[in-house]
Amino acid sequence: MSAFLFYFFSALTILAALLVVLNREAVTSAMCMIVALSGVAVLFVLLQAYFLAVLQIVVYAGAVMVLFLFIIMLLDTTARRIHVTEMNLVFGVAALVALAGGAIWLAHQYPNVTDLPAIQQLPTDQAPLAYATAAKTFGFGLFTRYMLPFQVAGFLLLIAMVGVIVLSKRPMVDGTKPPSGDPLR
Amino acid sequence: MQPGLQAYLTVAGILFAIGFFGVLLRKNTLVIYMCLELMLTASTLALVAFSRFYDTMDGALFVFFIITVAAAEVAVGLAIIVALYRRRRTVEVDELNYLKH
Repeated sequence: MSAFLFYFFSALTILAALLVVLNREAVTSAMCMIVALSGVAVLFVLLQAYFLAVLQIVVYAGAVMVLFLFIIMLLDTTARRIHVTEMNLVFGVAALVALAGGAIWLAHQYPNVTDLPAIQQLPTDQAPLAYATAAKTFGFGLFTRYMLPFQVAGFLLLIAMVGVIVLSKRPMVDGTKPPSGDPLR
Repeated sequence: MQPGLQAYLTVAGILFAIGFFGVLLRKNTLVIYMCLELMLTASTLALVAFSRFYDTMDGALFVFFIITVAAAEVAVGLAIIVALYRRRRTVEVDELNYLKH
């Protein structure tokens, strides 16, 4: 059953990812992207990473894609033909085949572990933190071993926030208000 | 047959390749951004698979940081795209060629 779910959802994810690239409309691309990200979340569930699956849905399929859809609809770009020259297409497909083939080859260099190791539900205090499903494990890992990266990540988010505010501020020339009307001007 | 580590890594590799293909082929900046997100997601899938099959928590914890960086990157990147659109009225990369002439 779990094997069927794996093959079904990985096929769905890959198909949706291809549609992201091949769609003409940016909005349709974004919709397919939501399907692909949700498919990855299902694969996380199959790997028993339940907390990460929820995070994937909430952050990626929720917040990030809503932001994308908002910007796509705000900018209102017209769909235009994907004009690719044959040269570009040949290079693109060659890159796709080479990269996918290389990745598959590399994946087969690893010993194929098929049995999932037994997991605890709650974190234990053994030296390399063993895999556990509870959200508590993430908190335990983040606040002990990964404390410094955690702080740096928080600071990075602050920098991103300040950067976005600076970028989206309208430039004011000698204190006068910018002419209103078009919200994008 | 129960899918093992290789199966998950294969899916992650194909997703990454599709994302890369999109970055190469598409001209719309927003779609290019989505393809970048796809590549990041593929890397998180590989990390979670490694972490699960080798029974360690480190990969799963690292996914946290990838998601954080991706969220920050999307916010800043979309702000840049909007600023660019305000000035140039286009998001197509082949029309953004001021440095060329």
